[in-house]
Amino acid sequence: MKKTYVAPNIERNSAGNMNKYGAKSVVRHQDQIEGVAINDLVSKFGSPLIVLSESQMRKRYRRLQDVMQMHYPKVEQAWSYKTNYLGAVCSIFHQEGARAEVVSGMEYQMARRLGIAGKDIIFNGPGKRPDELKAAILDNALIHIDHLDELYLLEKLAKELDSRPNVAIRVNMDTGISPQWSRFGFNYENGEAMRAIQRLLAGKAMNLKGLHTHIGTFILDANAYYWAARSLLDLATKIEAEHGIVLEYIDLGGGFASQNTLHAQYTPGEFASPSFDQYAAAIGAAFNESHFVSQYLPLLILETGRAMVDEAGYLISSVLGKKNLPTGERAVILDAGVNTTITAWWYKLKVTPTRSFPGAYQNTVFYGPLCMNIDVMRYALPFPDLHTGDKVLITPVGAYNNTQWMQFIEYRPRIVLITETGKVELLREREELEDVISRELIPEHLRKI
Amino acid sequence: METSKLQNLAMNDNGFVFDPNSGYSYTSNETGIFIMKLLAQGKDKVQILEAIQNEYEISEDHFSSDFDHYLLMLEALDLVEL
Repeated sequence: MKKTYVAPNIERNSAGNMNKYGAKSVVRHQDQIEGVAINDLVSKFGSPLIVLSESQMRKRYRRLQDVMQMHYPKVEQAWSYKTNYLGAVCSIFHQEGARAEVVSGMEYQMARRLGIAGKDIIFNGPGKRPDELKAAILDNALIHIDHLDELYLLEKLAKELDSRPNVAIRVNMDTGISPQWSRFGFNYENGEAMRAIQRLLAGKAMNLKGLHTHIGTFILDANAYYWAARSLLDLATKIEAEHGIVLEYIDLGGGFASQNTLHAQYTPGEFASPSFDQYAAAIGAAFNESHFVSQYLPLLILETGRAMVDEAGYLISSVLGKKNLPTGERAVILDAGVNTTITAWWYKLKVTPTRSFPGAYQNTVFYGPLCMNIDVMRYALPFPDLHTGDKVLITPVGAYNNTQWMQFIEYRPRIVLITETGKVELLREREELEDVISRELIPEHLRKI
Repeated sequence: METSKLQNLAMNDNGFVFDPNSGYSYTSNETGIFIMKLLAQGKDKVQILEAIQNEYEISEDHFSSDFDHYLLMLEALDLVEL
């Protein structure tokens, strides 16, 4: 009986290079997801495969709800469709009690398809078309106004439809973080937001129900939400004082960071990202010190997407081959790349082996299958020697991948859900040629080759 | 290929390698040590492949790629000259 072969390896011993947290890059292998064997998933559904966890999503939703309520009792969440708009994912959050937060006409239709009533849809986004706004007005949706042209258009449509739309004004402001997102809504500091509100109220065509802000994404400083909440509550106080209108809600948008680690970030995400408690404490502090809040107890809405679903998503990918780079690093070519996992461009995704390996680790770069140089799933990471057909687990990938994934040269893979009872349900079929070409037309003179 | 530096290394079967000339120490693995010992004896790639295949379950193509990569590692550590 011959011995098991392991690729030869050698490295110089050195002292003092320990990570300050003492953490190893690869701790141990993982051969199952919530009790379901990865090998079984791949033999049944193929590779690559995206796996979502129902219990993770529900757990995180309930955790945020509970934690936020400890700091401010009147809080609701809205599911941010753009983070992951698979019907099953949206339905999980709607079952938990979330409204729908949509940012385009397409997402609006998706929410309606799932049976969400217009009054439970928040229509954000900078590019709403007249037809989409008409539908939202007729459905009594909450329309969040992004710019003055949209405000004028809404006034015109309201008159046409003889209806009074329920609206909020979107506000951007300095919350002490960089970059400051100034493209959504009206600016707070230069008075533009207040002028838009005055203009809206002067038009007497709409019901101003609330204020909204979306201060950014992957916000690593929880205090930014204190300043955002404070600015919106100050505006609400002014509106009440000057116009006698009491706003019903303050919507602080999304932006909570997941446990992922940004490329430029030294500290790992699990240490650097604020906890739900830290975000809740910052928001709660602003609410609890506001006179407007103690008088009127407005509804607080959160549109947290990424922190709800990122950790609930796993990508199983197989090794197609490996090669040696002139840098001395090992390169592994996986069957899934940035086409399925666009967040690899932002994050140092975690790559985990799915079986135990003997031997030392080598610096390994993970490439996808795309014919483009930037198809890098993970820059060099100490990793055991992989062979063709070996599978790795890439996490967390639940946020922004199923909505931003690319068609480029590959069919998109299957997506399954591990339910709370451990059953595996197929959520999306693997694409075929027909899915790619079905909307395409070839002019008559180009049909003969 | 110049492999004389390998002859001066103290190699332990558990993977510890010490270079008395430079003072550096290295960690290698079983196959790594196996190959270094053969290289130190002046064996070429064909002979090493044969020896490896006698001991381990591995195809020629697979080993050939690993072997080339391993030589690059040894070169980067200034243990062989290619």
